Amino acid sequence: MRTLIFSTVAPYLTSLMVVFSIFVLLRGHNEPGGGFIGGLIAASAFAIYGIACGVSPVRRALYFHPMGLAGFGLLVGTLAGVLSVFFGVPFMTGLWAYVPLFGDTVALSTVLMFDIGVYFVVVGSITSIALALEERPSD
Amino acid sequence: MDSVTPSTTFLVLLLPFFAALFAPLLTRVFKHNAAWILALVPAVMVWHFAGFLGEIADSEVVTGGYRWIPAFNVNFSWYLDGLSLTFALLICGIGTLIVLYSGGYLKGHEHLGRFFSFILMFMGSMLGLVVSDSFLMFFVFWELTSITSFLLIGFDHKREASRRAALQALVVTGGGGLFLLAGLLMIWNITGISEMSLLLRSGDILVNSPFYIAVFVLVLGGAFTKSAQFPLHFWLPNAMEAPTPVSAYLHSATMVKAGVYLLMRLNPVLGDTVAWETVLPIFGGTTLIVGTLLAIRQTDLKLMLAYTTVSSLGLLVMLTGFGSEKAVSAAVMYLVAHSLFKGALFMVAGIIDHEAGTRDVTRLGGLMSVMPITFGAAIASAISMAGLPPFFGFLAKEEIYYGLAHPGFWPVLLTVVAIVGNGLMFVIGFAVALKPFLGPKKPELQHAHEGPVLLWLGPATLAVFSLLTALFSGVSHRFITNPMSSAVEGEPLNVTISLIPHIGLPLLLSAVTIGFGIIAYRNVDRLRAAMANLLAAIGWGPDQGFDQFIRGLVRGSFHLTRLTQPGRLDLYMKATFILVAVCIIVPMVYFDELPAFPQWPSDPPFYELIIMAIAAIGLLSVLYAENRLTAIVSLGIQGFAVALLFMLFGAPDLSFTQFMVETLSVVILALVMTRLRLTPTDRRPMGRTILDLSIAVACGIGFVLLLLSVTQLPFDSTLSEFFTRYSLSIAHGANIVNVILVDFRGTDTWGEIAVVMVAGLAILSLIRIRARSNHAIASNDPSEEEGR
Repeated sequence: MRTLIFSTVAPYLTSLMVVFSIFVLLRGHNEPGGGFIGGLIAASAFAIYGIACGVSPVRRALYFHPMGLAGFGLLVGTLAGVLSVFFGVPFMTGLWAYVPLFGDTVALSTVLMFDIGVYFVVVGSITSIALALEERPSD
Repeated sequence: MDSVTPSTTFLVLLLPFFAALFAPLLTRVFKHNAAWILALVPAVMVWHFAGFLGEIADSEVVTGGYRWIPAFNVNFSWYLDGLSLTFALLICGIGTLIVLYSGGYLKGHEHLGRFFSFILMFMGSMLGLVVSDSFLMFFVFWELTSITSFLLIGFDHKREASRRAALQALVVTGGGGLFLLAGLLMIWNITGISEMSLLLRSGDILVNSPFYIAVFVLVLGGAFTKSAQFPLHFWLPNAMEAPTPVSAYLHSATMVKAGVYLLMRLNPVLGDTVAWETVLPIFGGTTLIVGTLLAIRQTDLKLMLAYTTVSSLGLLVMLTGFGSEKAVSAAVMYLVAHSLFKGALFMVAGIIDHEAGTRDVTRLGGLMSVMPITFGAAIASAISMAGLPPFFGFLAKEEIYYGLAHPGFWPVLLTVVAIVGNGLMFVIGFAVALKPFLGPKKPELQHAHEGPVLLWLGPATLAVFSLLTALFSGVSHRFITNPMSSAVEGEPLNVTISLIPHIGLPLLLSAVTIGFGIIAYRNVDRLRAAMANLLAAIGWGPDQGFDQFIRGLVRGSFHLTRLTQPGRLDLYMKATFILVAVCIIVPMVYFDELPAFPQWPSDPPFYELIIMAIAAIGLLSVLYAENRLTAIVSLGIQGFAVALLFMLFGAPDLSFTQFMVETLSVVILALVMTRLRLTPTDRRPMGRTILDLSIAVACGIGFVLLLLSVTQLPFDSTLSEFFTRYSLSIAHGANIVNVILVDFRGTDTWGEIAVVMVAGLAILSLIRIRARSNHAIASNDPSEEEGR
């Protein structure tokens, strides 16, 4: 499927989709979206890039092994749960902090941190499967 | 009256594990002299537990503990009475000597630090076992002793014999542990009690329960495997592959007595029944005789001692089950005496092996002049083992005959068994303690000399204790024998036996034993030859049986795996989907819960109809697709149509996810299909197409029925109301779906992402295996494994 049009458009499409996935991830708590959907979008972005331009450019662009990203996500998700231990509340209790930034207030929470962890697990796992399947012995 | 001293005892229980952590480091710095520092740990523990002697002697008990899982009434609690305190003192006291002895015995060994670590961990586990009050804690420590003994027996892991012995011990004692777990849970279930201290006050509940026999069998399963009762004795002699300090500690004084401890602990609540007083003496007596006969056969010092340990355990089980008060105090005294003399004799065997280079009794002789201290310890321990004055073993044996010698067939039979067993142990004891030291010195032993202080300190101390406990029998009875026998019997007992001669039947029986022993000792070589011939004639033993059992198990699992996992994907899928259809449809038909036929909506908007039509077209084109790729893409059409429907009915999140999932599954399925190098079109024969078709249709009908009946049930809105009300106010999120995922049910999601990642890893490795070798993944077919 390495047509000229597809492989020219794919990098732009991929970057747009990745940005969109982060947008979906961050808006998730109040509007449709979230880590799982965001992760799926990013994973399909990388899968498309791989189909269009081959696997090695994707691996170079990702820099880390996708499974490493998934592991990182699981770690972040776990830490988000464990943090509550230091505040004397049960595991995985949401903790919120409101940080003033540029005159506005930004809500930070362990819930968001956990959602980011979900995002990375989904991106990492599915991208590694997709890339492994896209790889040809000749690559 | 209970006195509670929680914190110090808790720290003392943790101390050996803590020391195990630092043992390798200390050993790296101080080499074998680290033994002197590490021995302080059990020494401190002896000092701590000795502080309770006064209270326990005054018939008090010491308890303490912490709540562990209050919801299930599970505590981390300990209970010290005469029985557990004596055991604790033996474990820590002999443990101190063993740590010192290990330093001398394994001096210069590259893994000495690891060895110290293992032996301290074992000490902690064994101590925890005997002081445990709660069943769960008892079981955890029981298994820990199995695991640490596995590590110790397999310490010399480069030799196949050690590995086999370690595995064998683990399989037998671990299997017994499962029996014990079931037994403890049954006791818990019957009485509602999960603590030893309360169980002991529960009276006859267990004995009168209809499940008594089940509990009895399960508890025996645990005790007999741990304490190496015939025919499960074989692991103990094989465990002699371990370094001698291990044999001296685990296989004489401590671990193998855990089973006896269990029987003694439960004697007040399980004993005094026909089953108890029949089964225990039969197994114990058989083990006693078989053990001594097998010991006669051996020429290796350690193996001779190992088989007599088996027989001593048999004697203890027999006495525990005999039922008379005197038998109980005899068992208690013999247990203490045995720990002292057998520990010492094992250490002596180790010193001889270490300094003379062999343990074969036929190649040893004349070492008395060069190893005087070792000889002294050996001869003292052998006298105690033989049951001669003035050592503690004599008192124990007198008490045994007091306990057993009653009129009646059963007591007379057991008395004869005890006489034969004791007589043969007399023979072995002196064979071990005299043969290597007396006679002419063999030429190859010219370089043998006395071991260093680290080696002889242990056996010498134990020998002195064998003497002192007998000389000051009043003190030993007050602090050890009386409290311990009272704990085992469940009511106060008073033991009076001393070294002062007391004419009577027991003394006569002792004389008979000694006479029998002397005759047997003079003919020991002939006896050995006779036993060797007998065993050769039988040709089979439980040890081979174990191997056959393991081989059978492996072969059986091969066949089972081949039957259930033939490696053909289409079979797995058929089985799965047939089961799905059956599980949905059969209960619905059987319970007559088929849903009512749905009503056609009166006026559906045209766009909904169009979307449904698109979905149907997608499905039809799957069925009529020319090749697989088209079929996969057409399946995606149906998925997208469903996603649109979700959107129309106000579930944007669901629809969003459905779109993404559909896209990705089409992409991944297409990639998989291109990898599998299948024929582009479907070429199934007619018969198989019809079979697959009917399975698919059955599954489809099943799901339709299931969904219809779900929607026809009244809708319970409790949960959705809860989430609507609290999503924003508690969890600060307006998107309820997301709030449920990451906050309300966050821990579920946490588990799920872990599953996603593990599944990803599994798929990745499957793809990799295929990519690396051109073999099919099913190359681990058991028949090929066996043929290899």
